[in-house]
Amino acid sequence: MQDLSFITSWIDSSFRSIMPGWLSTTVECLLIGVGLLLVYALLALFYIYYERKLCAAFQCRLGPNRVGPWGLLQSFADMFKMLIKEIIHLDHIDRFLFALAPYLVIIASMLAFAVLPWGNGLQIIDFNIGIFFLIAVSSIGVLGILLAGWSSNNKFTLIGSLRSGAQMVSYELSIGLSVITMVCLAGTMSVGGIVEEQADLWFIFKGHIPAIIAFVIYMIAGTAETNRGPFDLPEAESELTAGYHTEYSGMHFGFFYLAEYLNLFIVSGVATLLFFGGWMPLHIPGLDGFNHIMDYIPSVVWFIGKAILLSFVIIWFKWTFPRLRIDQLLSLEWKYLLPINLVNLVLMVLIIVYDLHF
Amino acid sequence: MIPTAIFGIANNGLLAITALLTGVALVFLALWIAKLISPRSFNPQKGEAYECGIPTRGESMSQFKVGYYLFAILFLMFDVETVFLFPWAVRMRELGAAGLLSIAVFFGILVLGLVYAWRKGALEWK
Repeated sequence: MQDLSFITSWIDSSFRSIMPGWLSTTVECLLIGVGLLLVYALLALFYIYYERKLCAAFQCRLGPNRVGPWGLLQSFADMFKMLIKEIIHLDHIDRFLFALAPYLVIIASMLAFAVLPWGNGLQIIDFNIGIFFLIAVSSIGVLGILLAGWSSNNKFTLIGSLRSGAQMVSYELSIGLSVITMVCLAGTMSVGGIVEEQADLWFIFKGHIPAIIAFVIYMIAGTAETNRGPFDLPEAESELTAGYHTEYSGMHFGFFYLAEYLNLFIVSGVATLLFFGGWMPLHIPGLDGFNHIMDYIPSVVWFIGKAILLSFVIIWFKWTFPRLRIDQLLSLEWKYLLPINLVNLVLMVLIIVYDLHF
Repeated sequence: MIPTAIFGIANNGLLAITALLTGVALVFLALWIAKLISPRSFNPQKGEAYECGIPTRGESMSQFKVGYYLFAILFLMFDVETVFLFPWAVRMRELGAAGLLSIAVFFGILVLGLVYAWRKGALEWK
């Protein structure tokens, strides 16, 4: 697979030849920012369309099909509509916290977004504790949601945000333990390092049984973390109008909407990173010809393709299972997922100690 | 093969700050554009809470069911303990038997905590 870092190093060297070092670094940071913004917005638009089309297919409908060919421009129209809606000024809210909440939600998803392994040599933030950083920043989102619910000074939002807090906080534990299980196997926390470790075989095949259990738990917890699917009781529209973002209007609401779809991508992106090799092509030890053919597909296509396929599974959950009750939700996490996860971690350690993995 | 840093920027903190500022810029710019092109109209009814159509009763920023906080506290305990597992998980192969033994003791305490909370009925939703 070709190393795409030649593009960025070429841009870097051509900048350095015409301007001083500090200026070129600033311009490069600006470029990264603009690139992140573009990819963020485009992926959000794509995901809104993707989910609406899939939802329609699951319910034997056609979905959006009037705006543009096959309804492709529908999400652009939605975004524009959101921009021209009035932002209503409410007089019973805590203004500062109300304005702060969308910033926190977007910042959390943007930071997690920048850690993902986009391609060979295209990784933006590569801390040596990358996966830990990712868990840390994604929990800022809970804070934004809690602030949004509290500052709105509304009963619906209060209940929604507290439910969401309890849910996201509980399921973060399962995500953390699944990640620890895979970090045991990888022996590194750096995102680039984890991808490199899977060069011969993806972790879901390498770690067989414990990796598959960890993957299933990760997908359940990830669905809960994004407030989607059967775990959407923070915004259960039939009981709480819209949950924690009831009082937000226009573009203010749009940020929560955007972050929700991007979190779906981030959760599937992290699952791709931990279990399906990040940008690493499908390699099977011993089949050199096959591996060689797989290397011709660019790494960016591998990463985004795998992430989109995994999001399909999460969207599938949403349209298949009925919503849980809060007590069922919490007992699922604390009485089932957490003990299974602890046992699974021990199993993984045993497999590594006795060298039973591939 | 070590992947090269993007644009040769080795300072990851700088990149993280770039991503953070990008998030701030996204919210700020979108709100600014929305302010420029969105309509404005004033009506005292608009500023009220979106609840049932009748004026809201009582305070909404009030004390609420303690069950939520109980789970938050349980989470805090377990999350701090899982944070301690991370460094061991990275160095598991190098630390060997001694590391395994000491983490087993730690892990046992963690499991005991869960069992205690379970037996005390802290995991029941009442």
